[in-house]
Amino acid sequence: MRILRLGLVQGLFGGLVGWVMGFSLVVAMRLLLGLPAAWKTGVSGPAAYEPAMVVAAIFFAIGFMVGVGSMTDWLKWAVGIKTPFHHGARIPGSPEWTRYFSVDYSHKVIGVQYGVTGILVLGVGGTLAMLFRLQLAQPEMKFIAADVFNTMISAHGMIMIGSILLGVGAMSNYLVPLMIGANDMAFPRLNAFAYWINVPGALLLMIAMFIGGWNTGWTGYPPLSAQAPVGVQYFFLGVFFIGLSSILGSVNIIVTTLTMRSPGMSLFRMPIFVWAAFATAIIQLTATQLIGLSFLMVLTQRILGMGFFDPGGVVWYEVDKWVGGGNPILFQHLFWFYSHPAVYVFILPGLGIISELLPVFARKPLFGYKWVAMSSMAIALVGFLVWAHHMFVSGMSNFLRAPFMMSTLLVAVPTGVKFFSWLGTLWGGRIEYKTPMLFSLGAISVFLIGGLTGPPLGTVTTDMNLHDTYYVVGHFHATMFGGFVFPFFAALYYWYPKATGRMYNEALGKLHFWLMTPAFWVMSLGQIFVGMHGMRRRIATYEVGLDIGTAQMMVTIAGFVIFLSVLVMVLNLFVLSWRARHAGANPWRSRGLEWQIPSPMPEMSYASLPVVVGEPYDYGKPGSTYVQFAAPTLAHAPLAGGD
Amino acid sequence: MSAIADSYQDLTRRNRMGMWLFFLSEAFLFGGLLVARFFLWGNTRPSMEPTMIGPLAVSYQIIPLLITVVLLLSSFSMNRAETAIAHDDRPTFLRFTLLTALLGTLFLLGVLVFEWGWRMEEGNFVLGRHISPTDGVYGAVIYGMTGMHALHVLSGVIMLLLLWNLGRKGHFSAREHWGVEATAIYWHYVDLVWVFFYPAIYLIGVGVHAAAH
Ligand code: HEM
Ligand SMILES: [Cu+2]
Repeated sequence: MRILRLGLVQGLFGGLVGWVMGFSLVVAMRLLLGLPAAWKTGVSGPAAYEPAMVVAAIFFAIGFMVGVGSMTDWLKWAVGIKTPFHHGARIPGSPEWTRYFSVDYSHKVIGVQYGVTGILVLGVGGTLAMLFRLQLAQPEMKFIAADVFNTMISAHGMIMIGSILLGVGAMSNYLVPLMIGANDMAFPRLNAFAYWINVPGALLLMIAMFIGGWNTGWTGYPPLSAQAPVGVQYFFLGVFFIGLSSILGSVNIIVTTLTMRSPGMSLFRMPIFVWAAFATAIIQLTATQLIGLSFLMVLTQRILGMGFFDPGGVVWYEVDKWVGGGNPILFQHLFWFYSHPAVYVFILPGLGIISELLPVFARKPLFGYKWVAMSSMAIALVGFLVWAHHMFVSGMSNFLRAPFMMSTLLVAVPTGVKFFSWLGTLWGGRIEYKTPMLFSLGAISVFLIGGLTGPPLGTVTTDMNLHDTYYVVGHFHATMFGGFVFPFFAALYYWYPKATGRMYNEALGKLHFWLMTPAFWVMSLGQIFVGMHGMRRRIATYEVGLDIGTAQMMVTIAGFVIFLSVLVMVLNLFVLSWRARHAGANPWRSRGLEWQIPSPMPEMSYASLPVVVGEPYDYGKPGSTYVQFAAPTLAHAPLAGGD
Repeated sequence: MSAIADSYQDLTRRNRMGMWLFFLSEAFLFGGLLVARFFLWGNTRPSMEPTMIGPLAVSYQIIPLLITVVLLLSSFSMNRAETAIAHDDRPTFLRFTLLTALLGTLFLLGVLVFEWGWRMEEGNFVLGRHISPTDGVYGAVIYGMTGMHALHVLSGVIMLLLLWNLGRKGHFSAREHWGVEATAIYWHYVDLVWVFFYPAIYLIGVGVHAAAH
């Protein structure tokens, strides 16, 4: 049976075996130590076995990774067996489609794996949103119980973040090597590992909903998360494994960018998306550790009683015995030290895509290339200095407020640089309104809403009123849709002909755009509006007296339209365009390296060495060249395998 | 910078860069633990009862000091091992790799048995000679920091044993020994982390005694 030989199937089997092993291990150890098998009395189900559930989840992930085969080479190296690297399918003779369901080292396969998984996860998160939006469409609706509602919004938040991280991984893994003229990433095995660890991570997030759920929102603040149902542990661990993927993936992006560029491609001749992916990777590499640590600390507080965040009735500094002294504010600092920079992880690649596409469709050079490149780096670095703007009303030390307010407003500067570059690029261009271009322009309009609602939140006085209202929800949906979702869709349409060799259906692409963009404006402005009229975040229902029923209904309807429009895209790209007309190598007349080779691309993208001889975005300048190809090389030195 | 030729030197250059990036990442993890320590303990630290080793009452400070010395020594022997293989001196390489693993194991035992105080009592394992993980923020932070660090030492010891086994089978040479180099810098790195952790846990701040326990 071919199905049983797929990595994914073997991984799931390995995961199951791992889970059972982990669970039994803890129970057996407890019995050996003379303790009762159940950890807690008076509760039943998973909650009674929390430590066993936690260890089981860790073993689940390890079992999955071993089963799927992502560690096979490394395990062999550890005992001295060499596994030479070769391009192409790992099991010779297996059909092409099986590569996408098994461990494969080609960055193009891995990029597609990231992308498709991301869209699937997006579908799950979106479905949750549709369900709870039904409840919010009218006041006083209670068909979803409050605790289920809480689980649903928490899961929606983190699952969507997972889907964004997968989408970011899709774009950077697929595009960075292509754009710099490399045939693969620096560490192909690590790349495969970093993709596959997302699968148990995402599964744990979803399982968390069914073992009791959790009621903390995506932020998982203690003390609530220290008392939440046991589902919160699977939420922590799911995030932990997805974070591991971020860290390992970013190592790969940085090394690839720094060491594998084509001859002639100096840093300031890199495509702007590569700069964006590079800046993103710096954030992912470093900041991710802190969310991992903060979640791990709550995890151990719950099962080992380590009271990091448990004040225990003892005032800080007056601890005269070894009880209590914990402080939940510490969690918020650690958490936001990642989670604010993380919002730039979500948007920087998308903003890079916008800057990448505008010159192609406006047939003009990118306005202020160097400034745009540096603005990505600046956003990434300043982004590390603003985290406490999420904590203005948390009870943190008051003197922290003013500096964090100022640093927050400072981020507007490099973001503004990008905006003006976009306007400058469009100015006077002969714009072709193809679907990818429409999505780029839509992204700009939506990101503007997000960007303008940010400063009132960054200003302490106004944030005191807006914090934890739907205004914040409106703000971050606009930033994330403008900074990620719209550009990601633009990228899907834009590189679809490159990846598949076929042209998507333009009319359906435009339909998708014209359904989604106005609907998004309504949804976003609606959220901001109800927020300013007193709608709080994370509540299961609201009173008639707030008088926001109409606006809420519009938000819900708009949400459904967006959901529908995404289905149109899925239909277009994954069903209808499969057998569409051939697109040719360079349908957009792009100057990028990857557009100079055939579509779909051969296994080794660059059989002959690309040499960069000019500027990347000199569209419309007669006689300018970006890349030339050296004479084809006959033999390639095989990679000796080294991760 | 060629996109096509990938020599051992090219790959090692990339591997080395990847390794240092990984260290940068880990620095944020350990840094976060240090932040937690200063946030939660401020200018204090727990002051613990002396350890009874047989009839001797030994200051609780002695064992951390001893294992710190052991760990620092292990960095020297790691360096000897690496230099040896760089000169194709296999026997010395093997000897010092094993010695490093041994010193690492001693450190781990020091943490687990003497510091954390796992011991048998009437057939059961009992935890916490000085302080247990549930002893408020002091217990939480001590176990958090030493635990995360011990996990890294443990992985280092496993890598050393694998290295020794491979070396015994004739792998590695003066020209190609990235595996040795990687393990060595990892080991030094984990050592360096302890150089920050040790004073943060045991030296800095005013000692605070537990109230009647
Ligand atoms: C103009 C720049 C921006 C400023 C000044 C800004 C400011 C803020 C502030 C102060 C908050 C906290 C509000 C509160 O909870 O009371 C916030 C929330 C948030 N922002 Fe922004 N922001 C900006 C851009 C962005 C961007 C580009 C993103 C990217 C996705 C983003 C994503 C978020 C998210 C996800 C939250 C909500 C976090 C939560 O669940 O509590 N923001 N923003
Ligand atoms: Cu923020």
